[in-house]
Amino acid sequence: MSLPRPPRPYLNPYLAGTLLGAVLFASFYVTGGGLGASAALSHIQTGLLDWIAPAHVDRTAYFAEMAGGNRNTWDYSGVYILLGALAGGLVSGLFNRRVKLELRKGPNITTATRVVFALLGGAIMGYGARLARGCTSGQALSGGAVLSVGSWAFALSIFASGYAVAWFARRLWN
Amino acid sequence: MAPYDLSSLSGTIANALVFGAVGFGFGAALELGGFGDTRKLAAQFYLKDMTVLKVMFTAIVVAAVLLAGATGLGLLDMSRVWVNPTYLWPGVVGGLIMGVGFVLGGFCPGTTLVATATLKIDGMVFLLGALIGVWLFGETVGSYENFFISSNMGRFTLPEWFGLPVGVTVFLVVLIALALFWGGELAEQVFGHGRPWAEVSLRPSRALLATGSALLLVSVVVMARGQPTPAQKFDLLGAEARRPVEGRGLFVHPAEVVALKQDLNLKVELLDLRDEHDFNLFHVGGSRRVEAAALTRGARLNELLARPPSTVSFLIGHGEAGGLAAWKELRALGVGNLYVVEGGVERWLELYAPPACVAEPLAAVEGIPPAWRFAFATGASLPAAWPELPVSRGFRVPCQSPASAPDGHGEHADIRWPSYAFDKKVKLQTRTAVKGGCG
Repeated sequence: MSLPRPPRPYLNPYLAGTLLGAVLFASFYVTGGGLGASAALSHIQTGLLDWIAPAHVDRTAYFAEMAGGNRNTWDYSGVYILLGALAGGLVSGLFNRRVKLELRKGPNITTATRVVFALLGGAIMGYGARLARGCTSGQALSGGAVLSVGSWAFALSIFASGYAVAWFARRLWN
Repeated sequence: MAPYDLSSLSGTIANALVFGAVGFGFGAALELGGFGDTRKLAAQFYLKDMTVLKVMFTAIVVAAVLLAGATGLGLLDMSRVWVNPTYLWPGVVGGLIMGVGFVLGGFCPGTTLVATATLKIDGMVFLLGALIGVWLFGETVGSYENFFISSNMGRFTLPEWFGLPVGVTVFLVVLIALALFWGGELAEQVFGHGRPWAEVSLRPSRALLATGSALLLVSVVVMARGQPTPAQKFDLLGAEARRPVEGRGLFVHPAEVVALKQDLNLKVELLDLRDEHDFNLFHVGGSRRVEAAALTRGARLNELLARPPSTVSFLIGHGEAGGLAAWKELRALGVGNLYVVEGGVERWLELYAPPACVAEPLAAVEGIPPAWRFAFATGASLPAAWPELPVSRGFRVPCQSPASAPDGHGEHADIRWPSYAFDKKVKLQTRTAVKGGCG
């Protein structure tokens, strides 16, 4: 029995970026809209909530806009982009032998710490993404490419804040 | 002209496939770039591995150059492309919050998808956290809604802000990106490979040289070619845009304008394109004087683009030529619910004539409504400016002697506007622009 072959190296970042830029351009060209993930997360979350507590969804303005009454929150372009992104990531991962059930973390923290901070970071990220009306992909990437002033201000703030916090969180990663 | 109208696909499997294919490319590109690995993403913030900066910023400038190139060639109608509206402060605060989440959690909502797809447990946990985060936002945003909708600057782009042509702005963004990439490569040598500053090689990587020269070359070509003017763009729009011109569907009979002004469900906006002198002599009640050239850019254009769908605007000028030219340019810029008053002010005055002591028609030219000579400036003070109002409404009566009406007000008892027959032309468009994935 031979050992599993090691994963292939990642693509050169400039090449990967050019590829991503071409996909982004194609998205604008064909659909008139960019890429994104956080709005789709919001739609999926609202859809789940609509199963559990439909009356609450109808009463909360932000959710009602997506799933109030007989509105279908699942039939949303971003949800298809999200499903496509999962498939694209999986296929690329399989092809490059990078699909493996594992947990990635900094060298000096335990798995439990990583899980707690991933959950916490995810929640903060999700919250901020909706406040900013988009995530790194929907605002910084898509809005940046169409030269929206707000998207550039957003991109600068996310990096400024990241670098400001990085020193305090250095034990998580180093 | 692209982008394509996918609204007819809504709810079909084809719609899911189109967006699914876009997402597939998105996910694959992220995975290929290494965005499924949280350590690679986090290393960005310790200047050890600048992959995030390189991939993201390369993607932004590549797409920006391609977009400017496509609009420059007249292939893409940018007015129908979704541009994230600028809500400045909610965006900045959201960004600051996200920076914290990025460093603590090691992903962003897009990258966590490819991490999940490649079975990274931390990616799945982050995804769960993000779902909790968006849920908490929906639950709490109602308590500070005023902030969430504050500093709305609408569709506001860097070229508008700097007052530069699109091509020049894109070229400058490319230059900034290349400088950042080079700086990032220097930082990687020091913080990633532990090389002392004195031994850092200033030479950019071969990949950066290749990508950079290609980007510079294309962006210079795009900049040199420039963007079509609104009038040129209208000619590129194709048959559907020209139909209202050829079929005269955009010219609205004055009586229809009057009828719509009485409709309480609508807001009617009249934009008068004539010069100030003529505007002061007579204008239709409620109209505003605008310069045709100012309508197609800056604040005036944004105002037109931001009108609620219950507003319908009419251009009115001398005859129809000026209105038609302005209509074409505004149509090319994506302004909907816009029409031109048939025959202009002259036709209006023919149907709703001012009293003989105020104005008289000049010698008529065959087929064209006659121009009028006014004895003095009437502005919108004549009943003819407000045919929708009853004449008994206390208009100033210029032709009566001061003795019979000492305060200058009285009744135009003898005016009764005929009811004119017209073909209804105005159809309100309520369809909103496409929304982006994260909008």
